[in-house]
Amino acid sequence: MIAEFGLAALWLAAAFALLQAFAGIGHWRGFSPALASLTRPVAVVQGLLCLIAFGCLIWLFAVTDLSVLLVASNSHIDKPMIFKLAGSWGNHEGSMLLWVTVLSLAGAAIALFEKRLDQQTLGAALFAQSLPALGFFPSLLFSSNPLGRLAPAPPAGAGLNPLLQDIGLAFHPPTLYIGYVGLSVAFSFAVAALLTGKVGPTFARAMRPWVLLAWIFLTIGITAGSYWAYYELGWGGWWFWDPVENASLMPWLAATALLHSVAVLATRDALRAWTIMLALVAFAMAMAGTFLVRSGILTSVHAFAVDPERGAFILGLLAIYVGGAFALFGLRIGVVREGKTFALLSREGAIVGNNIFLSVILAIVLVGTLWPLAAEAMGDKISVGPPYFNRTTVPIGLLLMLLLIVGPLLRWRGDLLVQHKALWIPAGIFILLFAVLMVTQAQAGVWPILALSLAVATALGSILPLLGRNLLRTPLSVWGMALAHFGFAVSVAGMAAESGWKSEKLAAMRIGETAVVSGWEVKLADVRPVVGDNWVALEGQMQVRRGGDAAEMRPQSRQFSNPKQQTSEAALLTRWDGQLYTVIAAPAEGDVSDRWQVRLWWKPFVTLIWYGGLLIAFGGALALIGRIGLFRRKRSRGNPWSGA
Amino acid sequence: MKPKHQRLVLAVVALVALIGAALLAASALRDEASYFYTPATLAKADVEPGKAIRLGGMVQRGSIKRDADGLTVRFVVQDRDATQPVMYKGITPDLFVEGSGVVADGRMDKSGIFIAESLLAKHDENYVPRELKDIDMSAAEHSKDTLAE
Repeated sequence: MIAEFGLAALWLAAAFALLQAFAGIGHWRGFSPALASLTRPVAVVQGLLCLIAFGCLIWLFAVTDLSVLLVASNSHIDKPMIFKLAGSWGNHEGSMLLWVTVLSLAGAAIALFEKRLDQQTLGAALFAQSLPALGFFPSLLFSSNPLGRLAPAPPAGAGLNPLLQDIGLAFHPPTLYIGYVGLSVAFSFAVAALLTGKVGPTFARAMRPWVLLAWIFLTIGITAGSYWAYYELGWGGWWFWDPVENASLMPWLAATALLHSVAVLATRDALRAWTIMLALVAFAMAMAGTFLVRSGILTSVHAFAVDPERGAFILGLLAIYVGGAFALFGLRIGVVREGKTFALLSREGAIVGNNIFLSVILAIVLVGTLWPLAAEAMGDKISVGPPYFNRTTVPIGLLLMLLLIVGPLLRWRGDLLVQHKALWIPAGIFILLFAVLMVTQAQAGVWPILALSLAVATALGSILPLLGRNLLRTPLSVWGMALAHFGFAVSVAGMAAESGWKSEKLAAMRIGETAVVSGWEVKLADVRPVVGDNWVALEGQMQVRRGGDAAEMRPQSRQFSNPKQQTSEAALLTRWDGQLYTVIAAPAEGDVSDRWQVRLWWKPFVTLIWYGGLLIAFGGALALIGRIGLFRRKRSRGNPWSGA
Repeated sequence: MKPKHQRLVLAVVALVALIGAALLAASALRDEASYFYTPATLAKADVEPGKAIRLGGMVQRGSIKRDADGLTVRFVVQDRDATQPVMYKGITPDLFVEGSGVVADGRMDKSGIFIAESLLAKHDENYVPRELKDIDMSAAEHSKDTLAE
């Protein structure tokens, strides 16, 4: 009954999406006031209907209704409740429903909260927002119906991949999807601006909060995903340059560039065409990411619930929307008046540099990710891995950091570097630190040392824009910028420390033996069997000690029952200066000496990587609150349109 | 500067950046992209020792041997026509078993042994590494039995 109710809601939502498209056109072209007044309510109702359908799916998973095909093939009665709920999007159909729901809710949010766009552009934007949904509804209703029935119902259900049975599944996909699909708002605004030809500071100020919001979620999603893979896969790595990871990084790079260029458009009315272009690219990357993840076309360690045929469907939609949007860009960009010019050495000049570097990184990641496909078309099977990505992105990333120190200090319109004597502080720190580390820590390698020194300098430099200001009267958006830049430096510092100074130890240990890694003594005290809800495990009990600091760690080798699969559960010990990471595996087949295989890592300051990511997102949130607050105050004074 | 000129300058800068990125990517791809081989194609190709490559195939039945240190594992990867000895030091993936598919990243050493740096085995029962999909598993299955005896 619930499934049929949800399906009905989904059908209605599809009908409302169609209605939204027509009403949006009417609204934009000014055909009829009646139609125009319909657009907003229709968009809101469409969002609610999708939410209802998605709520039904979650309910079905919560009660494990095995007469529903998707539940029967992806859930199991013995699974803990949180994984039953999160399991509703741990599969192809459910995740597509989540995608469309977020898309429709984004449309509803535009209809409810967007007060700055002129009526024409708003109508066109709601029209554009309904188009991707119209593409995905047929697939949800016909080929990948998440609410279809199965008769007869099986007694237990097939279960969920154990690697997904983790709290990470509850957070990572929804935040990432809100980020991906949130970029659809920027896309719709850009398409609308192309249709109406109204691109300027007002448009940019309307678009900025939406981009910020999507970007915040994208940042959190990537950070959470990185940490999840780090502790769940048990390989000790936090970023593998895997296609699925790249798929989330590329929209983030485009959105980051967009976030900066939209500031130039809002403040200086320059970079009009470029900002529109970036908005299109950002959502194109988000759709391409969905396609790469869902199709399994590239070999990935994180590829779950893939389906090549449906992937082809998404690719078709991608071609239509992105191709259509860029065709529109080519046809209509001439209508958009040219923006203003600017001096090279100015805030906007630095932001152009930021945009170029980010775009270059994006292009390089895109080429590296898709190259295996191109090579395969030419008959070669190749893989492109970390060596390629590190060699290309790291130098450009470091250049970007240099810019990040200078840019925020520069004034809009034009500036001189000699006016900023404070720049000597980060420059001096960088040179000093680099020299000292090169002499004392040369074994870490030039790149980690360079990156760490630069990160420390950038962390200092990111605070400089706050110097000399009355901190209480400093706008939240400036705080947000400084914090996000600081977070970026923190994250890079963590990456540099981890890659240059980690130590690893692989050992075959009998019970009672001790291994040493980077000052930590690790004693394998015992190995015991333990039982969980739907798994049994061999649990190592490790007594670890560094000086007077002692603790116990319990890595497991788990055997899941539904489906049958073995996984390693790493144990992590967090200290202020890093993490001790331990993995245990049963004695090797054919090894009669009763030795357990143990892998130990000491990862200095590795947690900074994710703290940095969270700081970036927090900075974004501060900026968003600041912007919205500013708009509200101005509106209450009766003049919402003046000033930045 | 007129808007038109500035646009031109920006377009040139963007073009230079794009070309720079393309050159950087091309040179890095030439050096760092690792080619995928099966034992048969590896036997025919003349791969220089030390170059990063990928090797995929089936783990030959009865071939997994552990060294006395309890960590180093030696095994043979096979396809229908050829075999390739492999050495790997570390914890093997959970589903690394004889007779199943494996993809290894690593390098050839001078004595003709493939030194694996990482092993990718199946993640779950249904997952087959993409590179292995085209390999004729039934043939490998067949030869495996004969070779094991």
